[in-house]
Amino acid sequence: MSDHRLLRGPAVAVCYLVAFWSGFFVMGVELLGGRILAPNFGSSIYVWGALITVFMLALSLGYLAGGRYSQNNPSLKRLGVLLGIAALTTLPVVPLAGTPLEDLAIHIPDPRFGSLTAAVLLFFIPTFFSGMVSPYCVRLLVDNEASSGRRAGQLYFVSTFGSAAGTLLTSFYLVLWFEVNTLLWVMIALSLGFATLSMLFNGKQRA
Amino acid sequence: MTKLLSLLVLSVLPVLPALGAQQMIHSEKSLYREVLVYEEAGERCMCFTRACRIGRQSCLVLNDPHRFALNYTRMMMAGTLFTGPAPQRLLIVGLGGGSIPTALREILPQAQIDVVEIDPAVTRVARRYFNFREDPKMKVFEVDGRVYVKRALRAGTKYDVVMLDAFDHEYIPEHLLTREFLTEVKSLLTPQGVLVANTFSSSRLYDHESTTYADVFGTYYNLKSANRVIIARPAGLPDDASMRTRAAEYEKVLRTFGVDAMSVLPMFTTRPDWDTGARVLTDQYSPANLLNR
Repeated sequence: MSDHRLLRGPAVAVCYLVAFWSGFFVMGVELLGGRILAPNFGSSIYVWGALITVFMLALSLGYLAGGRYSQNNPSLKRLGVLLGIAALTTLPVVPLAGTPLEDLAIHIPDPRFGSLTAAVLLFFIPTFFSGMVSPYCVRLLVDNEASSGRRAGQLYFVSTFGSAAGTLLTSFYLVLWFEVNTLLWVMIALSLGFATLSMLFNGKQRA
Repeated sequence: MTKLLSLLVLSVLPVLPALGAQQMIHSEKSLYREVLVYEEAGERCMCFTRACRIGRQSCLVLNDPHRFALNYTRMMMAGTLFTGPAPQRLLIVGLGGGSIPTALREILPQAQIDVVEIDPAVTRVARRYFNFREDPKMKVFEVDGRVYVKRALRAGTKYDVVMLDAFDHEYIPEHLLTREFLTEVKSLLTPQGVLVANTFSSSRLYDHESTTYADVFGTYYNLKSANRVIIARPAGLPDDASMRTRAAEYEKVLRTFGVDAMSVLPMFTTRPDWDTGARVLTDQYSPANLLNR
């Protein structure tokens, strides 16, 4: 039987680590998103509905795009780039959360469409790139047809477990200890760290 | 067999007192919660938890609907009426059963009263079971409190009294308990305007809430019974003598609501009884629900 493995040893662990962190990051940002929208749009059920819709939509399209992108020379380096882009496109959330959101709330007074537009502007792009991570990891991890389902299952487990951890830690503890922007900065920095790690391992893999 | 029977009886027993004394007369699921109406010992109460386990939102004495049933309302009335000349325009955030706006509508017939209530089910239940009536001088706005305040600021509307009564023991809208929100509310007040807030008297949140109000309003009156009511006036707090004079003016009418105006006066204090080092709550740091444990 031929060996189609793209990753070996610790590189496999790096792939899972990136998937875990990406899941954590998405849910951490989503929960902080509720806090970011509240001053201008309130915290009614509409606001949470708008926020969750945008995250789900961005993830779903990201899955499509990630799967497609994985057909073209898949590598840990490119996986790192995806994670890095998701982190960097989260940066504008901090400045946009001030006056721009206030202006938006004036222009779209309906709390449903106001918060929906705000959520698209702030979170669609980074969440789209986060969504690309999981299917891309699947491609890197699958070594043969027979184990593809098992690999995909493991990957879903790791990334959704990361999401659960990100949700619980952020809502139960992190907001009790740190400010919203501090949490965003730290999560972006960690994402960039894991992205770099992923790119470094790609180099070792070739060697 | 007898063992089984007694087991059955035992398991039913704890439910019995509730069935006997307390009767649920209405329940309605809303977007936010279940709004329940219970009757017990001649009182009808609005609750957001089954069997009113945690906190009664608003109560009515059935054979005397005019009377205030909950104790904190007298502190709210005192904050509104004793602290300055009769208010012309009032904003009340959080309707509940509407006993406070209903009473104020009667005591201040000339005043414009704007009520903000996010949950349409609460407004429906208040109308149907708690004699709450809207009219051109008393309107309800179905919108988030923070959104309403921001809009009023942009429209240039000013209020002589802003009353915050949007919290319950189970859940606090965290964006209504931050330095930024209170600063917005402060800007909404007329030069002699007063803020009256029904807040928490226990848990770690008490300290954080206290320092947050102090950060925005400086010294304020702190009235405590089961609840704590904060009364703040940016132009400076009224002195005892002027409050005593005003309390005397309202003594008669408040008596019809079952409130002894003079009994509230000794409750006014500015002495801090909280940890003044507690971290101020902001839009960036607002874990009010986590602190309320």
